[in-house]
Amino acid sequence: MDQSTRESHWAKTKGLMITTLIIWFIFSYLVHWFADSLNNVTFIGFPLGYYMAAQGSLIVFVVLIFWFARRQHSIDVEHGVAEDE
Amino acid sequence: MSVIKGDFIDNLPKVYGLYTGGFVVFILLMAILEQAGVSADTIGILFVAFTVLIYAGIGWLSRTMQVDAYYVAGRQVPALFNGMATAADWMSGASFVAMAGGIYFGGHGYVAFVVGWTGGYVLVASLMAPYLRKFGCYTVPDFIGTRYGGNLARFLAVLVLVIASFTYVTAQINATGTIASRALQIPFEVGVWFGLLGILLCSMLGGMRAVTWTQVAQYIVLIIAYVVPVIWMSNKQGFGLIPQFVYGDAIMRITELETLHGVGTAPAEKIAGLAVLTKAHSVAGSTFAAKWQFATLVLCMMAGTASLPHILMRYFTTPSVKAARQSVAWSLLFIFLLYFTAPALATFTKLQLLDPNLATSIIGKSIAEVNAMEWIQKWSAVKFLAISDANGDGILQINEFFMRGDIVVLATPEIAGLPYVISGLVAAGGMAAAMSTADGLLLAIANALSHDLYYKIIDPKADTKHRLIVARVLLIFIGAAGAFVASLKLTSILGAVAWAFDFAMSGLFFPLVLGIWWKRANRAGAIAGMFFGLLAGTLYLYAVRWGGMEPWLYIDHLRFGIIGAGVSLVAMIVVSLATAEPDAETQRMVDEVRVPKGKTILDSTH
Repeated sequence: MDQSTRESHWAKTKGLMITTLIIWFIFSYLVHWFADSLNNVTFIGFPLGYYMAAQGSLIVFVVLIFWFARRQHSIDVEHGVAEDE
Repeated sequence: MSVIKGDFIDNLPKVYGLYTGGFVVFILLMAILEQAGVSADTIGILFVAFTVLIYAGIGWLSRTMQVDAYYVAGRQVPALFNGMATAADWMSGASFVAMAGGIYFGGHGYVAFVVGWTGGYVLVASLMAPYLRKFGCYTVPDFIGTRYGGNLARFLAVLVLVIASFTYVTAQINATGTIASRALQIPFEVGVWFGLLGILLCSMLGGMRAVTWTQVAQYIVLIIAYVVPVIWMSNKQGFGLIPQFVYGDAIMRITELETLHGVGTAPAEKIAGLAVLTKAHSVAGSTFAAKWQFATLVLCMMAGTASLPHILMRYFTTPSVKAARQSVAWSLLFIFLLYFTAPALATFTKLQLLDPNLATSIIGKSIAEVNAMEWIQKWSAVKFLAISDANGDGILQINEFFMRGDIVVLATPEIAGLPYVISGLVAAGGMAAAMSTADGLLLAIANALSHDLYYKIIDPKADTKHRLIVARVLLIFIGAAGAFVASLKLTSILGAVAWAFDFAMSGLFFPLVLGIWWKRANRAGAIAGMFFGLLAGTLYLYAVRWGGMEPWLYIDHLRFGIIGAGVSLVAMIVVSLATAEPDAETQRMVDEVRVPKGKTILDSTH
């Protein structure tokens, strides 16, 4: 496997990792830092700040990981480094 | 010779479909027996005994003499089923029984555990699991030892693993013992050893292979046992069939009731082990301290998740790197099913107790009336709740009602008037949760000691038979040690669990992450990272918990991982840069780890 493919693959992998972690950061810390203000907003009957901690962030995490797995596999296929099935 | 062959893997949906169907039939059978007048005690015993027997049976069917089956289940576990096994491994007896109670009492601040114990999987998926799977290691110290080289690095990783996992496992064996003793009507000490026997039967004969397939079975039991009572209770009390999405209105109503009942008034006395509701349900703190404490707890639980060896090793068993990533996603989905139900349960329980418009309410009623309720009598008899008329007015105020958090899960069937068979189901679920986590932890410890300490460090010439015998003997020893410590009832469960996360992140998070993502990380750096991280974390814990030191910036004993991991990172970077870069062989190894295609770094029977 040539060096430029390796470098390109790893660069894209790193990019995806950073994107994923940014989204993770927002829903792990940023959103909950403002939970007190968000609680003034009502979302499907819930105070929004509490909702994000009890359910909203969780849904984001599940969707995020499924999306991440798909995206990373596409990157692998694109560079010819995906496993044979 | 293995009984479970390729056919089994191809037929998993059918096999477990049949198993689930069989379990449902069993529940219906118990319901019929209850109607026929069989006593509640007998039904409880049947539930626990039957399910534990099934798990032991699966353990026996999965027996093996092959090293890669024993350590990594032959790498044949499909992503979805591996996800179920991980979810069972993750959700312990304490989570099953105590989480809803924690949410009931702890308000928004406690929900940081819910966020922290789910979001860590994002770190596992993006930073760790696919790469560890490609590496082909049997254990986490195996990765550390091979990536960084040398026996000291491997040994330190084993040390961190044992400290973190043993802390955690004693709490789980304690939970297993508690549930077994209550369900089977035997003394706690006997319950602990009975639980241990069940755990060993599931893990000794087949190692990781047995543990995986047992955990899938245990997940099915625990999720049915958790969700069915909540849905039934919700439907019966008029909250609808999918309580998880509609409990928002209940939260709003609770906010009104909190003012009405004066929630927040301190109780006039202390009753050991029980608490009075004083925190608001959904109010989020506005001070820097409250926000920072939420964020730091989330950070510790998440970084800990990505450092706990018994979880990371669950992704060594998938057939491919792609499957490892998908398996993390499935794990979180299956975990989510319980975690998004717990706050709904806590909210509805609180509503039922507090709302004068509901027949189940107790706050504001006369104490005589409350004491006449069957579930109140039953649970106060076992000291899980207490009523004290502190102001002598004969009416039950919120600060006169003392209870244990566990009641939220354990007493739901009775508060809502569900048939006893549901309580038996809940006991089986709690047992499944506790056993599955204990199994995973014991195996992680025994595997590290047998593979890394015995085989790689002490006797690299040992043959397969010897290695597996040592592994099994160690399992028994560590299990017995854990049961012994559990029977002493030393620490409060939550403390022990949170500390396990902090120990793991202090010693392992950065050595693992940097081992994959920073080629320059070298042996000296990793050794420094593990040693100083663990040392700093432990010293800080001691100082803050027992030494009387004031926490720095609100970082208390539950969050000492921040100090440990911080020191670990700095030590690792400084020492790596100050010493020679890793050799070409190691750098090539890291390059290979980053690419899914190709053979694993370590071959399959190393």
